Amino acid sequence: MSGLTRPAQPGRDAGPALRPVPWPRMIWVTWRQHRGVLVSVAAVLAAVSVFLLVAGLKVHHDDTALINCHPANSQACAARNSSFNNADWTMGNTVLILMNLAPALLGAFTGPTVLARELETGTFRYAWTQGIGRVRWTIAKLTLLAVVLTILAGAFSQLFAWFFDPFLGFEGMNVLAATVFDTRGIDFAAWTLVAFAAGAFLGMLTRRIIPAMAATLGAYLGLTLLAWLVLREDYPVALDTTNGNLFSGQNTPNSPWILKTWTVGNTDWWRFIPVSRFWPMQFIESGWLLLLAIALGAGTVWLVRRRAA
Amino acid sequence: MNVIETAGLGKCYGKSWALRDCTLTVPEGSLAALVGPNGAGKSTLMNMAVGLTLPTAGTATVLGGQVIRSPAALNDIAFMAQDAPVYKSLSVADMLHLTRNLNRRFDADTARARLADLGIPLKKKTGKLSGGQQAQVALTVALARRPRLLILDEPLSALDPLARQDFLATVMTAMADDGVSVLLSSHALAELERVADYLVVLGGGELRLAGAVDDLLAEHRVLTGPAAGTDQFAAQLSAVQVKRAGAQAHLLVRDGGPGRTVPPGWESHPVGLEELVLAYLRPAGGGTPSATAAGSRTELTEVPR
Repeated sequence: MSGLTRPAQPGRDAGPALRPVPWPRMIWVTWRQHRGVLVSVAAVLAAVSVFLLVAGLKVHHDDTALINCHPANSQACAARNSSFNNADWTMGNTVLILMNLAPALLGAFTGPTVLARELETGTFRYAWTQGIGRVRWTIAKLTLLAVVLTILAGAFSQLFAWFFDPFLGFEGMNVLAATVFDTRGIDFAAWTLVAFAAGAFLGMLTRRIIPAMAATLGAYLGLTLLAWLVLREDYPVALDTTNGNLFSGQNTPNSPWILKTWTVGNTDWWRFIPVSRFWPMQFIESGWLLLLAIALGAGTVWLVRRRAA
Repeated sequence: MNVIETAGLGKCYGKSWALRDCTLTVPEGSLAALVGPNGAGKSTLMNMAVGLTLPTAGTATVLGGQVIRSPAALNDIAFMAQDAPVYKSLSVADMLHLTRNLNRRFDADTARARLADLGIPLKKKTGKLSGGQQAQVALTVALARRPRLLILDEPLSALDPLARQDFLATVMTAMADDGVSVLLSSHALAELERVADYLVVLGGGELRLAGAVDDLLAEHRVLTGPAAGTDQFAAQLSAVQVKRAGAQAHLLVRDGGPGRTVPPGWESHPVGLEELVLAYLRPAGGGTPSATAAGSRTELTEVPR
């Protein structure tokens, strides 16, 4: 700066300390600019919820009828059993697969709209030259959308968990199964949050919506596989035992997840995670997902701040 | 006070400089025209002034020494970007409300009155408005922030002549009413000639000329005389530009203007603003004329627009 530089002068209407534009103003801004996306997401979730409610009532009814069917070896009970195994399970399994994709789709659909859309259409030149400043603008939008999306996803996953309850113990499914674990408790909401944060971050990196969406789906897939195949086994909740009786018998909703077996001398050892460790595992996984989401959000703000051209 | 002050300001993309070594002051209260052909560095300079682009070299301050992107600078500078100044899916009323929410000050009443005068319906989506109306909405929204400095990047390029007049009328009214300083870029000087009182000429990423229009016109003159022996004469006067037409030569010189004595055998004329800008936009080395008489005539009509 040259010698002509004068000390900073405040704006003509404000006092010496220029008060920032209040945070609550961003609520309307975020709602107005993202209501299309939010309403679409809410509408899709609501429609699927209606389906889950109707289908869930039938599944629960079929399940109760099957359990109470006497005598169990009668033809009528066999028919009920076959109907549950085929029609109900096929539907349940299909919904489960879709449910596993849902956080990625929600994140890819919502995340890139925050920044990639502004950068792609050039409207960031408007948004980032307003009095509120680009950092406040970004933090407010990310936070508001993340909170709304996480709440929606959390509520939705509770309904799905109820829908899926009759299938637990079925085909080796229980609450610790890789594809079931992330659809229940608080995990589904946490995965959705991470997918949104990744979508926003990748949107800022790629600066275009479609590539950001693709990158979000890819990143989500990688992260899920990492959790399924590597991380979850190492959450510090596993137990070791020599009591093989724990693992005998059929798959039930309470069957533990056996991580590995090994032999010392004549003794067989099992390392396993009992179903009772469901909630500790949920908190561990949701915890690191939350930290990751915060890191991605901070990274996004950092990219917005330093964007130079 | 200067609304913009730069020292050695430069921006480099990869290996090419969009703007380099630009040292410039724009005084408060003026309508400064930033002119130059496409790719001259006008948008780069403006984007740096509003903090959308960070300089590679040099420094810049705004509004009498404010740091660019500081809360005070953001508060007092309104920017209208070149291509997409509004959210196309928002209604005019929503654009107003959006801008109101994003700023400390917002004069909604004046903005609505202005839009009513212009016959722009508040309920219509901005994307459905004509180019001229979109520009007016963007300008109205910018002015409603009651800025001290209004920066307009090529606001006229997409407008028809009538819309250009309306747009400039709105700008001039705001200057008269609120005392806002304006920096307006254009590659067509014609519209600005009547309204601009400060001129900044950029060419090829370099600052070619800057100053108050009246001063610049007073300092320059055109000397017309015999083509023979012009070269030496031009070098002596450090002519900005030398043109030849047949046996005649025209020299644009910056030597104190029409009041100065005229060498024997030569005639002195005052220079027009457009002529002045074009002279400075020509490749450097005005003292060594390379163009033929015919060539220079053709080039003259090639108004960079």
